[in-house]
Amino acid sequence: MSIDTPAGGTTTAARPTPLRGPGRRRARAGLTVLAIVLSVLSVFPVLWLITSAIKPREAVTDGKLLPEDVTWENFRYVLTEVAFDRWLWNSFFTAAIITILALFFHSMAAYALARLRFPGRDGIFVVIFSTLLITPPVILIPLFIVVREMGMLDSYAALIIPPLFNAFGIFLLRQFYLGIPRELEEAAIADGAGYWRIYWSIILPLSRPILAALSVFFFLANWNAFAWPLVATSSENLTVTQVGIASFTTQYGSNWNYILAAAVVAVIPMLMLFLFFQRQMVESIKTSGLK
Amino acid sequence: MTSIAAQQERAPGAVKRAAAPAGRRKLGRKGRERLAAALFLLPDTLGLGLFVVLPMLLSFVLSFFQVSGFGSYEWIGVGNYERMFNDPYFWSSMWVTAKYVVILVPTLFVVSLSLGVLMKQMLPGMAVYRTALFLPHMLSLVVVGLLWKFMLDDQTGVVNKAAGEAGLGARSWLGDPGLALYAVIAVTVWYYMGYYMIIFLAGLNEIPRELYEAAKIDGAGPWTSFRQITWPLLKPTSFFVLIVSTVAAITGTFDLIFVLTDGGPANGTAVAMFYIYQQAFVFGEYGYAAALGSFLVLVMVALSWLIFKATKGGRFDDEH
Repeated sequence: MSIDTPAGGTTTAARPTPLRGPGRRRARAGLTVLAIVLSVLSVFPVLWLITSAIKPREAVTDGKLLPEDVTWENFRYVLTEVAFDRWLWNSFFTAAIITILALFFHSMAAYALARLRFPGRDGIFVVIFSTLLITPPVILIPLFIVVREMGMLDSYAALIIPPLFNAFGIFLLRQFYLGIPRELEEAAIADGAGYWRIYWSIILPLSRPILAALSVFFFLANWNAFAWPLVATSSENLTVTQVGIASFTTQYGSNWNYILAAAVVAVIPMLMLFLFFQRQMVESIKTSGLK
Repeated sequence: MTSIAAQQERAPGAVKRAAAPAGRRKLGRKGRERLAAALFLLPDTLGLGLFVVLPMLLSFVLSFFQVSGFGSYEWIGVGNYERMFNDPYFWSSMWVTAKYVVILVPTLFVVSLSLGVLMKQMLPGMAVYRTALFLPHMLSLVVVGLLWKFMLDDQTGVVNKAAGEAGLGARSWLGDPGLALYAVIAVTVWYYMGYYMIIFLAGLNEIPRELYEAAKIDGAGPWTSFRQITWPLLKPTSFFVLIVSTVAAITGTFDLIFVLTDGGPANGTAVAMFYIYQQAFVFGEYGYAAALGSFLVLVMVALSWLIFKATKGGRFDDEH
């Protein structure tokens, strides 16, 4: 897997295959049309969501993509009738804290695993790596009991602390750190710098690109979290966005205009994040993949 | 596990030595490196131990208990497992899961691999298509569930309106037990195809371009070079996608099912994960749910092993 390192990764950029003759050109035109059709199919439901949310109640199911009357009433309603601001804040707060702390802890662990020598290093790495096989939904119930026994249930601690620990980030950062040349640290050690200094002023600044990619990925994953917040909290002031909008369907039944407006409000921050950090987003997914 | 414990036990000793009157000078370079490593690793090993490894072990232990109410545990041996084997609803949920996995995983694989290959062709406007295909993955599964529930609605949904205009009959997509699972699978493919497309693209970009050029000189067409170059060299990526999408199909669809169909109609979309959630958090049967969860883990391990064997481990090392 290639990670965009400042030194330049190993990615072989996709280059056009040389095409010759009218047959080739026709094939290319056909592929372009196919790509456009698939893109439209992919985006259509998202467009449908957004345009339906600005239709007035009686027109929301009229089956037209473009609304005849545009109204902001649905948004006004969902933003004032339920504690949406609270939900958004809870999601933002927990996702942001998780992202910052997770990157901090994971980069520390990855630094030790990649750059420090100590007995049992490979064994510890294998154990950490193997926790990747344990998917969160499977341990939902025992995790709930552990958190309950620790007295953390229904608190910000329950929303923030358990999701922090995931071996994905450790693994990717370790791979990244393995590629940093030794000389950089040796100069610092010769100058008498401690390990913390090396980590803080050499390793962390060098990891900016991968930390940026991972932060977008972590933030998104935690903003979208549903199952764990659903079981870990019950107080209304701890409701996160996804749990809140899921409760909308039961509260508002077939009032689709309100339900869809609520869904759009939940999506807008992520779409903005995506537009700003598209490259990091894609990088983080590519790097969360292989090897 | 033992090595982590050993490492953590070493740490306090090292701290004591470091705090000894002679100060840290006495701790050699080696000792300081080990102490630093232990401290750097402490937060994550503690957290992973407490919130991943411990729950995993607890899940297995818990599966031998009858858990009723708040903190009342009674040892019942393999009672939960006996109950599991005689629980028709659980087996029906396993059957639903099996159908879901068997249809979803190959479909998703073919669709996202095709998209990856298509997106590799440097067509005009490529960045736009990639963004468009990836866009659904930015939504949460909860929003995806709400959105498609709206679009697939019998009476008012746009899917039936479009079907009506195309001269096809309207269907009760989510209300018909024979159809609902396929509707859920279609939604899942739509949601994940862009994500796996990116992973395939990453794998495709690792294949040296020279190979394709050489094949072209030898007169190979697109299909031949796909079969002879792309397919074999993409095996590690394919292996990864198969494993991850299988595990995701078994455990990761809870959010979507919860919002989109709530397991219905007639338990037609009640996958195992959803049934386990119900047992634990609706009926309070934590012990029984833990037994079902442990069984599910066993199934996933077996499946991963099968995929590993079938793809020869994705051939990570040889033949590169």
